[in-house]
Amino acid sequence: MTITTLRRQLLAGETTPAAILGKLAGEISARDGQTGAYLSHNLESALAEAANADLSLPLGGIPIAIKDNINVLGQPCTCGSKFLENFISPYDATVIRKLRAAGAIPFGRMNQDEFAMGSSTENSALQTTRNPHDPARIPGGSSGGSAAAVADLTAIAALGSDTGGSIRQPASHCGVVGLKPTYGLISRFGLVAFASSLDQIGPMARSVEDCELLLNALASADARDMTCFGPSDRALTPAGDAKQLRIGIPKGFLGKGVAPEVAAAVNAAVEFYRAQGCAISEVELPSADLAVPTYYVVATAEASSNLGRYDGVRYGHRSTVAGTPVEMMTASRSEGFGPEVKRRILLGTFVLSAGYADAYYVRALRARAKIRAEYLAALAGVDVLLTPTVPTPAFKVGEKASDPLQLYLEDIFTIPANLAGLPAISVPCGKSGHLPVGFHLVGAPLSEAKLLAAGRLFEAAHGYAHQQAAL
Amino acid sequence: MSNVPSDWEVVIGLEVHVQLHTRAKVFASSPWGFGKEPNEQVDPVVLGLPGTLPVVNREAVEKSILFGLVVGAEIPERCAWDRKNYFYPDNPKNYQLTQKDFPVVVGGQVEIELPGASRNVMGEHKFIRIHHAHLEEDVGKLSHAGSGSLVDYNRAGVPLLEIVTEPDLRSSAEAEAFLRSLIAMLTQAGVADCDMEKGQLRCDCNVSIRRRGVEKLGTRTETKNLNSISSVRDTVIYETARQIRELEAGRSITQETRGWNAELARGYVLRDKEDAHDYRYFPDPDIPTLKISRETVTRLAKQVPENLYDRQRRYVEKLGLPYTAASVLVNDRALAEWFEAAVAAHPANPSGIANLVANDLLRDLAASAGAAGAFDEAAPAPVSLASCPIKPAQLAGLVKLTDDGVISKQQAKEVFTEMFKTGQDAAAIVDAKGLRQNSDTGELEKIVQEVIADPAVAKSIAEYRAGNEKAINALKGPIMKRTQGKANPVLIDQLLRKFLA
Repeated sequence: MTITTLRRQLLAGETTPAAILGKLAGEISARDGQTGAYLSHNLESALAEAANADLSLPLGGIPIAIKDNINVLGQPCTCGSKFLENFISPYDATVIRKLRAAGAIPFGRMNQDEFAMGSSTENSALQTTRNPHDPARIPGGSSGGSAAAVADLTAIAALGSDTGGSIRQPASHCGVVGLKPTYGLISRFGLVAFASSLDQIGPMARSVEDCELLLNALASADARDMTCFGPSDRALTPAGDAKQLRIGIPKGFLGKGVAPEVAAAVNAAVEFYRAQGCAISEVELPSADLAVPTYYVVATAEASSNLGRYDGVRYGHRSTVAGTPVEMMTASRSEGFGPEVKRRILLGTFVLSAGYADAYYVRALRARAKIRAEYLAALAGVDVLLTPTVPTPAFKVGEKASDPLQLYLEDIFTIPANLAGLPAISVPCGKSGHLPVGFHLVGAPLSEAKLLAAGRLFEAAHGYAHQQAAL
Repeated sequence: MSNVPSDWEVVIGLEVHVQLHTRAKVFASSPWGFGKEPNEQVDPVVLGLPGTLPVVNREAVEKSILFGLVVGAEIPERCAWDRKNYFYPDNPKNYQLTQKDFPVVVGGQVEIELPGASRNVMGEHKFIRIHHAHLEEDVGKLSHAGSGSLVDYNRAGVPLLEIVTEPDLRSSAEAEAFLRSLIAMLTQAGVADCDMEKGQLRCDCNVSIRRRGVEKLGTRTETKNLNSISSVRDTVIYETARQIRELEAGRSITQETRGWNAELARGYVLRDKEDAHDYRYFPDPDIPTLKISRETVTRLAKQVPENLYDRQRRYVEKLGLPYTAASVLVNDRALAEWFEAAVAAHPANPSGIANLVANDLLRDLAASAGAAGAFDEAAPAPVSLASCPIKPAQLAGLVKLTDDGVISKQQAKEVFTEMFKTGQDAAAIVDAKGLRQNSDTGELEKIVQEVIADPAVAKSIAEYRAGNEKAINALKGPIMKRTQGKANPVLIDQLLRKFLA
């Protein structure tokens, strides 16, 4: 069931917003006990919104699941952390206002890695989320709850956030579509910051078309976010004919560490586009290997500062350890944060420290500029770059828990789009055994329409039924 | 300072933190002001709630640029903000947004005037260079109550312009003069109110000493958070003496951060260089580099008022004012403009107007207002001309009546007092009180001749004619008596001399 289908049924009077919510609540009770995608949901207030839903609006009456790092007035916003376990938001994020303005009903708070730091949702301090395609496996992350619920049919579509792949990687692992827009297209006001220069909110859905509907509702300049220009001052690139797209395949990307079944599914997608008439060429991205180390310097540096505010003084976890205010702050942070968050804060603090900042942070900024320049140069010659979204299918819960560096490589194909501020999409393209595989398209700034057109072309030929879990 | 032994020279640099006069906070729409209940002036952005983002307040940037234009600084094409990371409960995000590498104001200078030999004599003028000024956010206030601590975030996010001087100051007197001049410039341009009692201006004071003639700067100490001009002065005196004592005893100066206890009038060590914070500065990713258009700069340049000392020079040189009156008038832009409006209505006698404004008007305004300046105990109380019952043109009218000989200077004082009470025109008061001087020469000639003919004054006339100039005054009393005091004294004098010649 997609937004498009439900909208048709709503307008035809075949269903109601309340009935859709009721159905979802039923699916959640039936299956989410095992999947663990939802941290909480607000059925009562959602039903009240449903009663007043304006069906004439583009998303009128459609419930949208919200990652638990996006503020909704009166709702929890745990960020998957003990620190914010009891925090209730006193304000709405801009994306929540935009969703409501388009008629949608925010419904449900989705599990995630703590403060969006992770690629498996195992770093959630609150609960484990499992992949609906195989409950022994991770759903990906950090937007693992959002992806799992959409795949599990307990949500129609969801909002996620993506700092290094946190929308696209779980979308690939769960067999759904995930879009990370151009940096600055969607407001970050109300998104709890992990790494401010990389974070973007984006849609996760069961079809490319649904992602497009959500993108259209969300993309807008915002006076509350100085980094958000929206589509207004620089129009989105027109889609053109998807069969005319020039597709670049980065040299070497299908080699290193890519599972054979993943490579086969992605190569099949390449052949599909070739058969449709798209020009396929190989492109060089010589600094691609720098992306992961660069990311872990820039992202952790920003995170170490962004997470400074969690000190127990104004909100969130406050330690009962007695002492000076500063001792209380230290104890609150030590108790409230999980190990991965601590690891990244320590790393970020180190790379910004006097005597080390030049060797790490400043160098990383130079590498970031080089990566962006190479991507922009490559995208001057082609419309999109195509790679796998993730090198391997979803791994087993606990399998990589003791090896953070191995886990960091999950995002090797997705990170460059964040570093370069480029739009990127993951579209399901087959399976490795019973596990979904997605391919990844990256475009020039504001070329979302091209990515969506390419995705729709693939989806029209393949359908999306194969994406769903064997229930 | 006179108490510095002549072979030592003190070198001072100041960092002045000024709260800008804006409606909203610097990165949030929350308003701010003095005297609110704790945590009344906060919003999700000010409190650093999860997911909130800063948005630069244009008004705060424009006030900063205006300051730059006032001191003749360069206004860069762009400025940017950095994060200064440190943990303290008064700092809601545990980082402060400040400008490390790309400040909004670069360079500039502030003209200062040192005290003269007396208040009637102008002292030496100097120029103190500004290194830069950067726009940042103020922090909240932490206070300790019983076993706990309380924090008020009303002040958090208030726009703070940090003005950093070059080490150009050479005495506590120069530091005082600099702060007075800076405050006058900031308030006259409407950049800031600078009320130190409300914490709107705070100062960090860097002091080092060196042997006269030596170019290399000595090791400096920084005394933080001084909240009055007298604290800055006392800190310089104290720190200079301490450093001389240390060096002359063969010890060295430690680069350290110090505090000042105004009650005990002594400084103390806060932390030494070893404990210096590592603030882990990096560019704030939430605020893109801000471009400052030349159109904005041009528009703001039109708001720059005449420089304090340019105005003072113009008053002395062009308007012929005595230095004392000029120096009083230029300290207050509203007063100076009031004065100029009066001069425009009666351009013939600026000094006469200045005299009434600087003495009588200020005295009566101060008496009706009360309250002395908080930061600068020595400065005159700021007066409100808004409630002044006398309008500039009315004061000009009073001076003109005096200049025209219609009333005497003595009577003018009396009329002024009445004007301040009632707001009436001088002419109306003169008429109502019948104060108009008799300057009718024919009538006065007759009275003068009658008085001279009176035998009662014959002795005085004889003495005058014998060369005793003062004896003539004995004749004036009877004339005034006959005219009920309205005779023009100048005319009487002339007539007496004519008839007794």
